[in-house]
Amino acid sequence: MSEKTMDPSISRRSFLKQGAASAVTIAATALPTVASAGESQQLATLIDIEKCVGCGACVEACREKNQENYPRVKKPFPKMIPKRAKPEDWSDKQEIIHRLTPYNWLFVQTTRVMVDGRERELNIPRRCMHCINPPCVKLCPWGAARQFPNGISRIDPDICLGGSKCKAVCPWKIPQRQSGVGLYLDIMPSMAGNGVMYKCDRCYDRIEKGGEPACIEACPEGVQTLGPRDEIIKLARERARQINGFVYGDTENGGTNTIYLSPVPFETLNKSMEQGPGRPDFEPKKDAMAHGNNLVTAMAIAPFAGAMAALGKFYMFTKKSDTKEG
Amino acid sequence: MGVKKIVSTVLTFLPGITIAMLAVTGFAQMPIFKRYYIADIPGFGWLAKFYVTHYMHYLLAVVLLAFLGHRSVSWFLGRKRGAGTVWTTKIKRLILAGLVATGMMLVVRNLPGYHFSPGVLVALDLTHLGLTVLLMVTGVVSVVVSRIIPDQNNKSV
Ligand code: SF4
Ligand code: SF4
Ligand code: SF4
Repeated sequence: MSEKTMDPSISRRSFLKQGAASAVTIAATALPTVASAGESQQLATLIDIEKCVGCGACVEACREKNQENYPRVKKPFPKMIPKRAKPEDWSDKQEIIHRLTPYNWLFVQTTRVMVDGRERELNIPRRCMHCINPPCVKLCPWGAARQFPNGISRIDPDICLGGSKCKAVCPWKIPQRQSGVGLYLDIMPSMAGNGVMYKCDRCYDRIEKGGEPACIEACPEGVQTLGPRDEIIKLARERARQINGFVYGDTENGGTNTIYLSPVPFETLNKSMEQGPGRPDFEPKKDAMAHGNNLVTAMAIAPFAGAMAALGKFYMFTKKSDTKEG
Repeated sequence: MGVKKIVSTVLTFLPGITIAMLAVTGFAQMPIFKRYYIADIPGFGWLAKFYVTHYMHYLLAVVLLAFLGHRSVSWFLGRKRGAGTVWTTKIKRLILAGLVATGMMLVVRNLPGYHFSPGVLVALDLTHLGLTVLLMVTGVVSVVVSRIIPDQNNKSV
């Protein structure tokens, strides 16, 4: 990964000081960093559900590593206008580890299912899927979320306004909001924004330095395997064939960089496990960005079609005048 | 009213309506219509559905690009030249060009495999939004100008 494409995010202070003008200047200088990288450059994780014993070491490691990244809240929260926009506060519930919160970016879902005729407990580490084409990044109206060429998506806490659109468009509703923190406090705290959204950033800083995500490093069972996406997909399918198992995440939402391997169908897992806010499902997911992206060809053709129509009209007009004159 | 007249009336207003709807569906990309109860108005619920407004924005962009292709060739062939080139119209055209350019970059950004650095992302989003606001302001100014100086032929684009 080149340093050029992993340039640091704009700091909140500089963003506010220089405003849009600075952003435009940055854009001009940063334009060469617009990069197209295929899926082959993306890193994926294989999560072998059967191996997980539910010890929670990964959750602990994630919490320890990200302590410094967790929201530091200013209270009281701004009075919201209108009242419908309610502040969300997890700052007094930081100990919660059985779901995703702004203070818990990874949790272990536990469920009981029948495997080969006997009941078994399965433990499933859950966090952001790091989609190949992440709607949370692409549809953020503020440019606060970004995707690195290695497939990691990250929400910049210095730019995020906490409008929660990323959560609304995420097929698994992963990002979680904490109010009383972030840029909105410095702009129009009552009228726009409501905090910052938080989720797993796949330890992008560690990976950048050639290291491993904290959760992978801490796992005593080697549940997660990190590697180039095509290799991980190959490995997942091979293992699935060997154990007569099932794969999830390879095609969901157009493909993700988190591939689950399960001994039972994901439909069965999905039915048996507890779901709800902060507890994502295992439903099949269509490619959320495809509907718009399928119109890109029409967009490319449209100006030519318009031009042709004008030329046709001009031709008819001149022909008509010729006939009249003739 | 004959069919020809209806078609020509639709064609006259189509660009303006398209641009207005592009602005509405563009603003709907920010989570504001639900927060400010606008999506609660019967018939406006779709404004709070991000994927619906996103798709509409793209569809409207197709219509606008076709129109701009048509207008550019007409202008080049001299059929629409001369009239309507008061200063507000020139400014509106410039803003529209900026909107198309930034919009196209955002469309590319949304394709799989395209990664923009944070500065570019923020700048693109802000510029696209800022130009929309500017276009609206210029629109209002041009209406006022045309009222004060009625013989100015202000075209919408
Ligand atoms: S799972 Fe959700 S939060 Fe994670 S990258 Fe995909 S869209 Fe974004
Ligand atoms: S990759 Fe890092 S941030 Fe993500 S769950 Fe693992 S430890 Fe947490
Ligand atoms: S550390 Fe490994 S075994 Fe323990 S819960 Fe996490 S993934 Fe499962």
